[in-house]
Amino acid sequence: MTGLHEPTPEQIKEEKIYKEMGMKEEEYDYAVKLLGRLPNYTETGLFSVMWSEHCSYKSSKALLRKFPTEGKQVLQGPGEGAGIVDIGDEQAAVFKIESHNSPSAVEPYEGAATGVGGIMRDVFSMGARPIALLNSLRFGELTTPRVRYLFEEAVAGIAGYGNRVGVPTVGGEVKFDPSYEKNPLVNAMCVGLLDHKDMKKGQASGVGNTVIYIGPPTGRDGIHGATFSSESLSDEDPSERPSIQAGDPFMEKIVMEACLEIVQSDALIGIQDMGAAGLTSSSAEMASKAGYGIEMNLDLVPQREEGMTPYEMMLSESQERMLLVVKKGREKEIKDICERWGVMYSEIGHVTEDKNLRLLHKGKVVAEVPVDALAEDVPEYDLPTKEPAFYREQQAKEPVHYKVENVKETLVELLQQPTIASKEWVYSQYDYLAQANTVVSPGSDAGIIRIRGTNKALAMTTDCNARYLYLDPEVGGKITVAEATRNIICSGGKPLGLTDCLNFGSPENPEIYWQLDRAIEGMSEACRTLNTPVIGGNVSLYNEKGDSAIYPTPIVGVVGLIEDVAHITTQSFKNEGDLVYVLGEAQPEFGGSELQKLREGDISGRPPALDLKVEKERQTAVLQAIQSGVIASAHDISEGGFLVAVAKCLFDTNVGAEITIAGEAATELFSETQSRYVLTVPAEKKEALKEMIPSAKEIGRVTGDGRLTIRAASGETLMDAEVKELESAWKGAIPCLVKLKA
Amino acid sequence: MKWAVIDFPGSSGTEDILHVLRSLLNEEAEGVWYKDTDLSAYDVIILPSGASFGDYLRSGAIASITPAIQALKEERKKGKLICGIGNGFQILLEAGFLPGAIRRNRLLKFICAKSKLIVKNNNTPFTNQYEQQQEVNIPVAHQYGNYVCDKEIRQQLEENNQIVFQYYDDLNGSMDHIAGIVSEDKRVLGLMPHPERASESIIGSTDGLALFQSIIHHWREEHDRTS
Amino acid sequence: MVKVTVHVKVKEGVINPEASALERALAELSFDEVKSVTTGKTIELEMESTESLDTKVKEMCEQLLVNTVIEDYSYTVEEENKA
Repeated sequence: MTGLHEPTPEQIKEEKIYKEMGMKEEEYDYAVKLLGRLPNYTETGLFSVMWSEHCSYKSSKALLRKFPTEGKQVLQGPGEGAGIVDIGDEQAAVFKIESHNSPSAVEPYEGAATGVGGIMRDVFSMGARPIALLNSLRFGELTTPRVRYLFEEAVAGIAGYGNRVGVPTVGGEVKFDPSYEKNPLVNAMCVGLLDHKDMKKGQASGVGNTVIYIGPPTGRDGIHGATFSSESLSDEDPSERPSIQAGDPFMEKIVMEACLEIVQSDALIGIQDMGAAGLTSSSAEMASKAGYGIEMNLDLVPQREEGMTPYEMMLSESQERMLLVVKKGREKEIKDICERWGVMYSEIGHVTEDKNLRLLHKGKVVAEVPVDALAEDVPEYDLPTKEPAFYREQQAKEPVHYKVENVKETLVELLQQPTIASKEWVYSQYDYLAQANTVVSPGSDAGIIRIRGTNKALAMTTDCNARYLYLDPEVGGKITVAEATRNIICSGGKPLGLTDCLNFGSPENPEIYWQLDRAIEGMSEACRTLNTPVIGGNVSLYNEKGDSAIYPTPIVGVVGLIEDVAHITTQSFKNEGDLVYVLGEAQPEFGGSELQKLREGDISGRPPALDLKVEKERQTAVLQAIQSGVIASAHDISEGGFLVAVAKCLFDTNVGAEITIAGEAATELFSETQSRYVLTVPAEKKEALKEMIPSAKEIGRVTGDGRLTIRAASGETLMDAEVKELESAWKGAIPCLVKLKA
Repeated sequence: MKWAVIDFPGSSGTEDILHVLRSLLNEEAEGVWYKDTDLSAYDVIILPSGASFGDYLRSGAIASITPAIQALKEERKKGKLICGIGNGFQILLEAGFLPGAIRRNRLLKFICAKSKLIVKNNNTPFTNQYEQQQEVNIPVAHQYGNYVCDKEIRQQLEENNQIVFQYYDDLNGSMDHIAGIVSEDKRVLGLMPHPERASESIIGSTDGLALFQSIIHHWREEHDRTS
Repeated sequence: MVKVTVHVKVKEGVINPEASALERALAELSFDEVKSVTTGKTIELEMESTESLDTKVKEMCEQLLVNTVIEDYSYTVEEENKA
């Protein structure tokens, strides 16, 4: 059972060749035990990719179990291509977020593009049509050519792929911090719309049913990609890394259209994307989930290159390929659909009873491994955790306080911080209007897509303020979930569920593992309180180079249902004469704030506190007020604090605002206290608001003069500026930085 | 009156145009696969936006040699109304239905924007429901939308009033801010902006609807005259 | 068998935004030696050698491979040395 020129099972053991595939000694020994013999080269490869962190979650599984995953709206929780929530009328929203960090660090265009492609396949493999894309990006500061290159190319890659497939990119976020300089993050999320009757799963059941490969031929690209993305980026020669996968958005589009037609057929038993670990994971997982086995003849796998070995075919991560299981005797129906779309089709095997993954090549059995050994009996680690001294130090710090002499100058500086500045330069490259359903475009709290033929819409967002997590992962984890759901609330939607992409450093470092544990704890608590179950996600560990890990960055994506499009609300102030309210008292909380970063160049101390009970009460109250038609605009107060929030409410409008603040200026204007909102209300709805949200405080009114004026309670003018001037500072910052060539 | 929207592999606007025609305008319309060789059953033929054949080689180039475009040439001879939107415009240029060519945007990047256009000629089958010089909000989304032609053609477009839509701003480097042109006989329109994405107020604009209504209006007038 | 290599480039006089961008970028990297840039693409065809090769290649170029409104082309023919 050993291929030519491949090491023998004995050599693999003696020379510890499994280590080159990313397997630890104890893992190899465990594989030997499960198999009852020494695995050959191909089999060792199968174990190594299936047991990589990317495919198995072996280091994070114990922690991931803390996430609440149930709710009456949940139709499919974690474990399939993507999670599914009910949105009524026999329809459902399907969504998932996934990382493509390591490929993007090497080749940002293709890395980001294939990240978008992969997440769309996860969604349409469930039977859903992709209706929206979002992405969360993290880069170092835009001060070096390398970072600018990574940033520009990743954005171009997302645009080049998503736009050609015809799926609108309606939201996301981009942030910049030195901790991502060598470890950029590219997380892509896809949302799909599903009719309940079309729901499909990745399952291979029914002995004798046919296993079908569709999509472009397999090449040698991305072999061991899953392992690669589970290890720290080292400084070694990039040419030694596995060849990166390249994407073909046209192929994705026709494979997608073919699959969406195929899922309508009851000849289809199961379907799964050949994503990370390609043919290996799709076949082993589908068989294992269904309690069957699969036999495949690798000679029938379409091949792009000559002389490919079983090992290479099984581990290739060539893109845009899908694995199908189809009822015996009904293959032609599927084949006809593929032919119509011009998609390659090949019957490569069948479902067996013996729960083995058996591979044939040139007339010989080249691998035979129990599917459960690959997909289920995965080693699981409960790793040591250690509270970092850094955390204690930060907790012990006295809260800092800042004095603000010149309010306008400070505001302008904050608006120009790349993390706060307008991302129009980014999203104008995305076709955010594709499919003609986009109600609210990128740049708002959440992207909104209406659902044709109904009165409903979906609101969606991604979020994570990693600075807070760096200072206190548990509180930061809570805030991440709270803020993302707050964005949905402000849009007039009810959050239904959450998907997460946990981007962290090496879990083998006890202090990083502690971060992961605390963050998950905080996120889970928030998810429970805010009734947003985690319905799927992805873990990206080992995001570190040398001795610096990224900030703990658990990006969350939340989708909410807007029951009636009349409830759709945006952050923009609407009409002259509307009253401005603030909900929530500001506290002097500057740990991890934009103001702190601006003043000190770094962050320290404790992040703002979050009381989940208050969070829940206010979310409920704001949503009710929106649904009852009282609210003209709603925006949550986040990075940069109150004044940045108000300024953003005025951008792209013709109005201005006059506002009087009560307390101390720096705190009122720039603190990042949580669970706060800026609301506007037509004057005639004043009493209605008072009744619905008694704690909201009237602080000013919307004016027609295009100026933003801030006064102290004493009557002193703290700031009086033209909105257009603020807006041009905010809009100009990123274009200015990317043009700068150092 | 019967509409066809020709669907190519990689097209993505077909459903959106069919939605406007069927759900908003109650028109009889269907998608036609690019391998069809007979379009004689249709009165108006639309080429949709998207990235037919992945935009490989040049946007619209591969689609321009398909059977449906061969069939479209027959219908062109009969004077049928033909409209290409976005990628559909590129196909019409590549297939020679309209003069000139499209290059990459001047700043090279893809541009998605809620752009403002000016109606330069409302005396065509496609624009009779607009006012002359009307400013309309119809979005764009393209990386190759930068129109160019030689001096003679430019002069001809000018003299025959073949420029029907202009960008209000210099959006992509297009010659004379050209966003859409008609053939000399005004039976073929090609435009880069997306009227099908500006046909309902919930998605931001209804200014695109008048383009489809103009076609209906024109066809009815012509039809009434001849019957 | 012959290998036909078609070189396609943007016609002289037609603005080529990609080439202009490269010119600027190279200048910023201080490659002052560069006076102008043109971009284009190469298409390689493996073909049977027929007598009407030139006619065939021209037809292919003008019907599909090249947009003669904005592009010029030239091509070379090499005998393939199949080992």
